[in-house]
Order: sequence, then structure tokens, then C-alpha cells
Amino acid sequence: MHETTGERWGRRVVLTLLTVFTVTPLYVMLSSAAKPLRDVQNDFTWLPSRPTLQAFVDMWRTVPLGRYLVNSLVVSSIAAVFSVTVAIFAAFALSRYRFRGRGVFSVTVLATQMFPGILFLLPLFLIYVNLGNATGIELYASRTGLIITYLTFSLPFSIWMLTGYFDSIPRGLDEAAAVDGAGPLRTLAQVILPSAVPGIVAVTVYAFMTAWGEVLFASVMTDGQSRTLAVGLQGYSTQYLVYWNQVMAASLVVSVPVVAGFLFLQRYFVAGLTAGAVK
Amino acid sequence: MPKRLCTTVAAALLLVAGLAACGDDSDSAAQPKTLTYWASNQGSSLDADKQILQPELDKFERQTGIKVTVEVVPWSDLLNRLLAAATSGQGPDVVNIGNTWSASLQATGAFIPFDDATLATVGGKDRFVPAALASAGAAGQPPTAVPIYSLAYALYYNKQMFTAAGITSPPTTWEDLVAAGKKLTNGGKWGLAIEGANVSENAHHAFTFSQQYGGEWFDPAGKPTFDTPQNVSAIKRYIDLMAVDKIANPSNAEYAQNQSVSDFANGKVGMLLWQAAGASLKAQSMAADAYGVAPVPFLQSPPAGGKRVNSMVAGINMAVFKHTKNRDAALQFVKFITSDEEQVILNKTYGSLPSVKTVSGDAAFQAPEQQALQQVLGSTAAPLPQVAQESQFETLVGTAMKELFADAASGKPITEAMVKQKLSDAQQQVRG
Amino acid sequence: MATTTAASPQLGSQGPPGSSPVRSRRVRGARRSRLPYILLLPALVLELGVHVIPMVVGVWMSLLELTQFHIRDWSTAPFVGLENYRSTLDVDTVTGRELLHSFWVTVAYTTASVGLSWLLGASAAVFLQRPFRGRAFLRTLFLTPYALPVYAAVITWSFMYQRDTGLINHVLVDQLGVVDHRPFWLIGGNSFVAVLVVSVWRSWPFAFLCLMAGLQNVPEDLYEAAYLDGAGFWRRLQYITLPGLRPVNQVLLLVLFLWTFNDFNTPYLLFGGSAPHQADLISIHIYESSFITWDFGVGSAMSVALLLFLLVVTAGYLVLFRRRRIDA
Repeated sequence: MHETTGERWGRRVVLTLLTVFTVTPLYVMLSSAAKPLRDVQNDFTWLPSRPTLQAFVDMWRTVPLGRYLVNSLVVSSIAAVFSVTVAIFAAFALSRYRFRGRGVFSVTVLATQMFPGILFLLPLFLIYVNLGNATGIELYASRTGLIITYLTFSLPFSIWMLTGYFDSIPRGLDEAAAVDGAGPLRTLAQVILPSAVPGIVAVTVYAFMTAWGEVLFASVMTDGQSRTLAVGLQGYSTQYLVYWNQVMAASLVVSVPVVAGFLFLQRYFVAGLTAGAVK
Repeated sequence: MPKRLCTTVAAALLLVAGLAACGDDSDSAAQPKTLTYWASNQGSSLDADKQILQPELDKFERQTGIKVTVEVVPWSDLLNRLLAAATSGQGPDVVNIGNTWSASLQATGAFIPFDDATLATVGGKDRFVPAALASAGAAGQPPTAVPIYSLAYALYYNKQMFTAAGITSPPTTWEDLVAAGKKLTNGGKWGLAIEGANVSENAHHAFTFSQQYGGEWFDPAGKPTFDTPQNVSAIKRYIDLMAVDKIANPSNAEYAQNQSVSDFANGKVGMLLWQAAGASLKAQSMAADAYGVAPVPFLQSPPAGGKRVNSMVAGINMAVFKHTKNRDAALQFVKFITSDEEQVILNKTYGSLPSVKTVSGDAAFQAPEQQALQQVLGSTAAPLPQVAQESQFETLVGTAMKELFADAASGKPITEAMVKQKLSDAQQQVRG
Repeated sequence: MATTTAASPQLGSQGPPGSSPVRSRRVRGARRSRLPYILLLPALVLELGVHVIPMVVGVWMSLLELTQFHIRDWSTAPFVGLENYRSTLDVDTVTGRELLHSFWVTVAYTTASVGLSWLLGASAAVFLQRPFRGRAFLRTLFLTPYALPVYAAVITWSFMYQRDTGLINHVLVDQLGVVDHRPFWLIGGNSFVAVLVVSVWRSWPFAFLCLMAGLQNVPEDLYEAAYLDGAGFWRRLQYITLPGLRPVNQVLLLVLFLWTFNDFNTPYLLFGGSAPHQADLISIHIYESSFITWDFGVGSAMSVALLLFLLVVTAGYLVLFRRRRIDA
């Protein structure tokens, strides 16, 4: 189209710089993973002196990486699904109804994003333990507790985003459904949800990523059985030494499924944000 | 609406507070025959630790019928996990703790005190190495834990580099060490490795140097005395190894991931001050005969009041949570781990020293490294201040030293006034 | 990428702001009016249980002397009222001075990080607007940092920052020779830059994503018309692109601001638990003042003060944005 020479060069320069910025750490991960440990401990070189895939073998033994990966996938997926489900109902209410307490609810939800996590870690922990003792549901040191925690972490932004998205779906469609005799929940299921698929996918990805990367709560609320990757990767830094090459190898391997899934869903994510966040 | 909200919130608060209060409840009659044990990471990986401990736990189960479930907790998580367990009364029965945390954890009251009667059930007070037991809680109170692995600082030196530099024997004074360091420092190699950004490591050296200069970090009443002239001289002496003597690579100022051990293992540096580095050096393929081990040096002419201390008493203690539902089984397990047989097996594997007197002469601990450590522990090691604010001392003083190293590394001269200022600031932030 | 735009049928920016809930005349009858509460109930219960109640407990903690002596049984902790606030916020004491220092570091860090993330995100979004070969690949690549676990990303950066064995100094000193002696990145003055770069690396893809989405709402014919009028790149940017991004920006900047301000993982993992003075971010400062030193009352007081600050900033921001939108 219409692109002057200056613009073309500007574009090339900017995109090249951004590519370098993005790729460099990724390259370091890859090349370090292919180095023997002694190489990694010594002066940096762009290429391994003796490429080896040993780190990709050893990493499974140094820490129970497989278990951590499964835990992370299970916790993040379930948290994401529940978070989105809860957010859909809340967003539907906020978008389609006017009721007392609506403002208070919105403000409170926003405020929860401002409290430093390290502070409510301890109270939350106590609540989980006491709830667990009272009800017999194991919340502490279990994946259940983590799932509940993480789903609420992503909930505020999910609600916010979905509300915006639902707002952008024309109310005429609701009215038409109502004329046909559909109740509110049928309207939600048959009118709103189908038009909101991209937004829902977007929020799901966001919720998944929030749970996937959380470190602080996971470090206190998990045990050897329920530990997630985000904290588990720190196991490569042991009392004796840091297995740099294995950390990098493990990071790459565990990221592959997420990056792949994330990129697969990217087109929905883009579309979802278009309508949601723009509000 | 707001009124109802207030009531709800108040009720919730009471719930949390009330339930938090009843941490240790039921001494249930039905004795569960399982224990949960949090082990600290002592070996080359979490998994390696598990492999080492499991056969011993199986042995314990065969002997007593008590099953022990072990979880190896990484150091990055251990203190937070202990804190959460202490706060909630929910967690393991038996835990490993770093012995420097003893007094802080003791203050929580979450652990069974090892008074004489309790100690008797695990073999009696006299069974333990006195210095190690002295590092298990505040003076004048029953220990909050018993020692299981003992460690001390020693000077590790690269034999081949020493020979090449014409140094015939390991230095015994700091002046000698500096002289040796200067000979070793050339052509990209350095004299001494320092873990300058590791806050705990710094604090441990702060303690040793301060002892040699006749300083204390807390007075008998438990008040911090960080900025005394002795402590200022002590810290300055340590920082000067990099700032003035220039026998440490300035890069060491950012080391916090045990890079100094790696540097030593890779022959980049001739000397290292570390606790039981042997196992780690072996893991990084440095042969045991490639390095020598000697006690940490002293001052040539110590000032008045200077003590003959060249290491903290380092090590791992084992504690039992009060909330355990099976106190007897837990104590049986402590007794098992501190038994002669287990002390030899475990300490030999980890390269640490037994904390009971009976086996210290065992053939397993006669390697040069263990002999040197034993000598230090037996005569010239002293426990870190056993006060509840110990962790504040480590954090504040260790961080101040990290900043001084950063200044030294960037070529800023380190003056007494600067050191004093940092220590005064640190002291004013101590609470409690 | 026609699919993406086609998939978003109605653009939120087309309706007058704030119109929707007020105008939907659904507030009829008792049964109807109960429905929204039922729909909100799960979210409400979760938010109350996991966020609000712990937060209120946190406020209560800030009024107690909650040290290791009382942590096991909170009912024994002496009630000290505002003492924790007084002792931490008093800038005449070292503690207060350090907290204030940490606060300003965090403000600078957050401002720079949000600004740079936005700038990089916007540049990438603008330059990826028009199709060219490799565009899909670049878009994919730019999003990858967002998908990496935080530990993996930060530990890699800390590895690159090592003075002797890191890539940064290898390139700067050994290969380009732009500096003579090897600078430190993880300690001293540069540590601020170091943590900032990591923060931007991790958050700009999110900004890019949102802005790219936002740009799809700007009608193509506006650009055509502007071009025919002879408007150059900068004028088009100023009069079409940036105004078109305003609705996205409102959300994006606030979200980035809150995330960055409270971000604990990046500095904690990068500096191994104790940040250098020059990069002593508030989240890690509070961590050290509560978890490491076992004084949760003081940590809570700092957190509550922080919460109040963020509430004020957010409220001011929202009001300002609303006014500007009305003016515009």
C-alpha cells in the first residue's frame, strides 16, 4: 500500500530491534541447554563447545519435573475453566442488569487487584487450614486449594473483560430471544455465549497464564506432591550448585506445550481483546 | 447493607483468630502410625536426598512399625513453609531446620522444647556435641531442636595452584592469607572466592570476624550492638579482602548462587571459605586430592578481647512440632536419626559431621576435610547469637555487606565511616 | 487476519459509554431482581473468601504487634493501634526513610516499565498493521515471552546479566567494545536498569496484544482518506492511530500499572531474595520487612498504606480519563 521509503526503513529497524530483544533470551536458553555444565559456568560463548542433549535427559532426574508439569497443567486448566465460568455469570449480571450493589461490587473487584499478595498470603493460608479442619476438605497443600486461589486471581480481570465484551453484543438479540420466550439463562446460553466465543477463549488463556506463572502462593501452599512448575523449577538450584543447563532445558521443554497452545488460540485472543478491552 | 457487612466481617475475623488460637488440639488416643517429615536439601538434588533418606526410613519402619513420609523441601521454601505450619498448626510432625533459625523458631512456641526429660528420651543431653546443642535455641531455655548434621567453615585451597605460586603451607593468619592471595592473583586467576551477594553467607563471616575482633552483635540483654568499633573493624577487614588487598575478583560481589564454589572447582580461584564444600566440589568433578582443607585463619595479633573463634557452629537441627498427633513416635524418630548408626550413615553421605560424641572418632570421618572440620568444631567454633532477632541480623547486616561489596567492586574506597554508617542504619531497623 | 476482525462482530466503542446496564429495562419484578445476585454469587463468595476477608484480616494484622512471639496464637498479640503505621511511615527513622526510598524506586520503575512496555507494544502493533511477508511469524514470536513461566524468563535474564560469564557483558565489552571494563548489572546502580528491562521484556507482549487488537478497530478508510489529504506517517499516527487506541489504553495502562507496581516475582527471582538498594522495589521490601524479619504487623501496615495509595491513584486515573473522554 502507501508506504514511503522512510516508513519502510523505520518499520524494518524497529521490528529488527524488537526481534533481537525478544529472541536473545530465548536463544540463550536454547544454547545453554545444549552446553555441558562446565561450559555454562565459564565465559559466555554463543555456541556450545561440545553440543550435548544430556541436560534434557538429566533434568527429569534432578527434580520430578514430570509431576510438576502435570500439576501445573491440571491446576492451571481447571482454574482457567472455573474462572471463566464464574466470570461469565458475573459478567452477564453486570452487563445486562442494573441492581443495588453493582457499583460496590465493581469497585471491590478492582481493589482486590491492588493488595500485595505477600500480605494476604498468611491470612488466606489460615483460612484454608481452618476451613479444611472444619469441613474435611483438604485445601492446604492440595491442588484444590491452589485452584481456588488462582481462579480468584484471574477473576477480576476476567469479569471486567467479559462485561465489556457482553456489552458490545447488541441488546436487540436479547430482546428477540425474549420475544421468543427465552429466559435469561437461555438467552445467555443461546445468544450471548455463541457471539462471545473469542472473548471467552481470550479470558481462558489469560486465566491459564495467571495460574501457570504464580510463584509466591505456590511456594507456601504446595507440598512435594502438589508442587507446580513455577516453584518446582527452583529445585535446580540446589545446596551444591545451580544446574544452569538443566534449568534452561527444563524451561524450554515445559514452555513448549504452552507456547504451542497459546499460539494456536492466538487468533481468538486477538479478536477477544478487540471487543472486550476496548470498552 | 453496610451494617450487615460489618457483622459478617467481624464474625470472619473472630473465626480466623479463634481457630488460629487452637493450633495444638487433640492428643487423639488413636495413635496414627505415620509421621510426616520435612527434610532440608542436603545433597546434590531433591531427588538424591530422597534416595538417600528412603532406605533409612524403611529401616525405621521395620524397627518400629512407624511409617515416615518424607518430603525434601528446597531451602528457598523451607522457612516460609515452617512459618505457615507454625502459624496454622497444620503441617509435618518432624522437620529439619537450619540451626541459625533455632532461636527465632523457638520464639514461636510451635515446637516441643527438648528439656532434660525429653532429651533423655532421645539419649540424653550428654550424648550431643556441646557446641552443636548450644546452637539449638536461646541460652537458658531448653533447646528447641536437636542437632543432626554438624558443619563448620574451613579454608579450602587448590593444592596445584599453591605449589605453582610457591606457597608451601596453608595460611593460618589473615595476613598470611592476604600474602598467599596476592601470589595467587594473576592472569585471570584470583586468590580468594567470596560469595558477596549471599546475605546469609556474609552474615556468617561477619560473626566470625567480629568474634576475632572482640565484638558482639547483640548484648546480653538481646539489644543489637551492630555499630561498635569492633564490628566496624571486623566488617572492614572482610570487605578489604576485595577492596584493598584485591585478592578477590570484584565479580564476586554479585555472587549469590554458589558461584564461588564453582569458580573454585573450575580452578579459577585458589582459596575458598566454605562449610563442608567437599560434596559440592565432587559434584562439580573436582578430585578430592586436588584441594586441601585447613582451619579458617585468625588475626596475627588479635586486639584486646579478641576471641579465638574461626567459624560459626553450622548445621542442621531436627525439631518436632507441638501439633504432632504422635509425639512419642516423633521422638522415637528423632532418637533413630541421632543414633550412632544413622549419624554415621547420613553424615558420611553428606560430608558433614555427626552431632553426637560417640561416633566422632568413626573411620568415616577421618578424611582430611572431616578432620579439619572436626578440629574447628571441637575447639574454635562458636554458635551464632541465639536470639529471636537472629534472622534480622542476618538480613540487615548481610545486606549491608552486600552493598559494601558492590561499592568495593565498583572501585569506591571503603572507609570506616561508611561501614559504621551502614551498620548504624541496619541497627536502627532492628525491631522487637 | 480477516478472521480475527470478522470474529468480533460489534465494537464496544460504538455505543455511548456507560449506556448499557442503565438502559436495559430488565429491572422488573422480584424474581428478576434476584437473578443478578444469584449470578454474582459464585464470584462474590470467591472474592470474599480469597481476597476480601484476607484483606480485612490484613488490615486487622496491621494494628497488632504480630511478631514470631505471637504468630502461633494471634489472640496473644498486643493491640498497638496505629503504632505500626507510625513506626514505618515516619520518615525521620531509618525504617521510614528506607520505605520512602523503596516507594520512589517503585514509582520510577513502574512508570518506566509501563511507558516502555506501551511504547514497544504500540510500535510493534503499528508496524505490523500492514501485511508483509513474515508478519504472522513476527506476531507469534513477539508473544512468546508472555507464555514463558516467570521463573524461566527471569532466571535466564539473571544468567545473561552475570558480570563475568553473562551474554550482556560478552557483547558489550568483548565483542562491541563499547565499554572498557565490565559493568555490574545485578548489583549497584545498573540493577535498576536490569530489573526494568526484564519487566519490560515480560510485559510488553501483553501490551502489544491489546494494542494490536485495538488497532483493528480503526477503520481502514480513515487512513486512506488521511493519505489522500497528504497526511504523513506522524500526522496519521497523531490524528488517527492514537485516538483510536484511547479506549484500549484506558484499560491497558491501568492493568499494567497495578501489575508492575505489585510485581514480586521479577525482582525476587532476579536478585535472589534481597534486592540491591537502587532496585529495592516495594513488594520485595515488604517481603523482607515481614516474612524475613517475622514482623507481620509492620508488613501489613506497609501493605495497607500501599493499598490506599493505589486506590487514590486509580480513582484519580479513572476520573481523569472520564473527564478527558467527555472533553474529547
